[in-house]
Amino acid sequence: MAQTLFDKIWDAHLVARRADGRDLVYIDRHVLHELHAPHAFEQLDKQQRPVRRPDLTFSMQDHTVATRPGRDDTTNPSGAAFLKAMREGSRRNGIRLFDIDDPEQGISHVVAPELGMVLPGATHAVPDSHASTVGGLGALAFGCGTSELAHILATQVMALWRPKRMRIRLGGRLGPHVTAKDVALRLIGDLGVAGARGYAVEYAGAAVRAMAIESRMTLCNLNIEMGGRSGFVAPDESTFSWIAGRPYAPQGAMWDAALAHWRTLASEGDAPFDRDHDLDCSGLEPQITWGTDPSQVLGISGRIPDPSAAEPGRRATIESALAYMGLAPGMTLAGLKVDRVFIGSCTNSRLPDLAAAAEVVRGRRVADGVVALVVPGSTTVKREAEAAGLDRVFRDAGFFWGESGCSMCAGGNGDRGEPGERCVSTTNRNFEHRQGPKVRTHLVSPATAAATAVMGRIADVRRLIAGQV
Amino acid sequence: MQPFTAHTGIAVPLLKDDINTDQIAPVQSVRNLKPDYKALLFMRARRRDDGSEDPHFVLNRPQFRQPGILVTGHNFGAGSSREAAVWGMLANDIRVIVARSFADIYRENCLQNGLLPIALATPDAEAFEQRVVAANGSAPFKVDLRTQRISGPGGGDIAFELPPADRMRLLEGLDDIGLTLKHADEIARWERQMAAAQPWLQTACDRRG
Repeated sequence: MAQTLFDKIWDAHLVARRADGRDLVYIDRHVLHELHAPHAFEQLDKQQRPVRRPDLTFSMQDHTVATRPGRDDTTNPSGAAFLKAMREGSRRNGIRLFDIDDPEQGISHVVAPELGMVLPGATHAVPDSHASTVGGLGALAFGCGTSELAHILATQVMALWRPKRMRIRLGGRLGPHVTAKDVALRLIGDLGVAGARGYAVEYAGAAVRAMAIESRMTLCNLNIEMGGRSGFVAPDESTFSWIAGRPYAPQGAMWDAALAHWRTLASEGDAPFDRDHDLDCSGLEPQITWGTDPSQVLGISGRIPDPSAAEPGRRATIESALAYMGLAPGMTLAGLKVDRVFIGSCTNSRLPDLAAAAEVVRGRRVADGVVALVVPGSTTVKREAEAAGLDRVFRDAGFFWGESGCSMCAGGNGDRGEPGERCVSTTNRNFEHRQGPKVRTHLVSPATAAATAVMGRIADVRRLIAGQV
Repeated sequence: MQPFTAHTGIAVPLLKDDINTDQIAPVQSVRNLKPDYKALLFMRARRRDDGSEDPHFVLNRPQFRQPGILVTGHNFGAGSSREAAVWGMLANDIRVIVARSFADIYRENCLQNGLLPIALATPDAEAFEQRVVAANGSAPFKVDLRTQRISGPGGGDIAFELPPADRMRLLEGLDDIGLTLKHADEIARWERQMAAAQPWLQTACDRRG
């Protein structure tokens, strides 16, 4: 029978069926971070179990690291214990650690691809729900908890139920300043926060093929926000050339053999999917969330829904979101004053994200009264951005230019907004209190965030660039 | 892992959909490696702005101070994969969650920690929720995994489903890693085969030398 790409990767990694019926799926690359790995190291120590493949495992310091220039362990006092435990656990177990001062430190989902650790057709696991970011390269990635993390360390496999297969076909062409972030937010709006639960999602179609690799990663990053188990894009020639020459990627004859295999990694024409969903991306506007979960989203010219017009079961949810966000039905978001703008996170902190934001910011200034921050996704991204002069663009405009890490996405490093602030953010979750107690978060693309920072109000980046505001 | 056979306790109605792990265990609450998991559960909803307890939040009401079973809506545990959102339940003696549905990673985290995640479909879910609201903490419910039944005030037993494999793992408190390590030979064989067929998957080294 014709196979989907998901089936090809799963079957190639199927080691055995366990007595309880779960599939043991081999994990080719396992990337850890300091918020969760220390507990797993401790568990394995107690059980006197060794790490099976430290050579396929990598440790990152990202969630709790401070972003202030000149940072060290003590800059964020509540992170110190995590950083230290990560350092000791990694050393004890022979795992390569990208420490806080490593020239290649950064967010796990950014660093692993940029160093060439992530390969098409490979499986990948991170104890973090945004693991499937790296699906943008055609890898099958799974997020997991701490117990599963320990399980992978000890066995190099995950014990999984086989998910169902969904294909999301993105047709048409994105307009200027409309990005993968806007597409992903629209999909979450259409399918809901649990719309992909139980599915591995393959993103396909002309609009995906036209996307840069970094954009495909943004798309796959947000897959979990509709509950998807994994999300990926079949690799193509642009994937292969993106990977070629990266430090951990195969070289020489091994590269040639890998490339020949990777070129077979596509869903066959009549392969069966359990579910299909289509979105025509032509005419899509920049998107922005208005509520307290990522499915509460609208186009930049759209109006906030009226709870009294919603189905009875959803009314209370909308009302409570509007109350938290300080918004009223029928309003447009464009023009609303903001206090803070954050550009960063595993969703939108790669070089093209920063370049898109800098293009908007160049020659402009952050509006008075707005705190604006850029936190590159990795120290490599930071270095490359500085080489391209992007840091000057941001700094000259009045942005804070930080050291790499997860930063304000979840505030695990102490970076957060003040109570009541309205924050426009390129991150992935607008949950209540996530970016600080009572902070009101609106999720957007880097271009929209940049336009908003210079206007001091939620802005349609297309109108700003066209000189219409 | 602690085996799960049956659990009797006060059932707490938290009848909302899409409750996420930032609500259950905010990341800002995990400030050190050994936080107070009991205190961090629903930390924000439990407290008012001035830091005092919010008497209206369900877990703060006198009849729900010693909870045993949490009853909730669709897609419970969405968001982050942080297992603190399960450890917080256990620290409060909540060993069963009855939901309309669960987020995938959260459900797995429950199973890993001997917390029974029961997904009830309508109409059973509606009937059970009504009984829990009516009981209002006055009498406990019993959840028995051996018979796969929920019993308690306000009506007859309610049957629930759980995949046999997950049920067995909970009943016997099986060590998940131990179960998998029974396949250590097959894992080693897979690695040998893959090292020959797709060697790039079995090596991950920095080739800059």
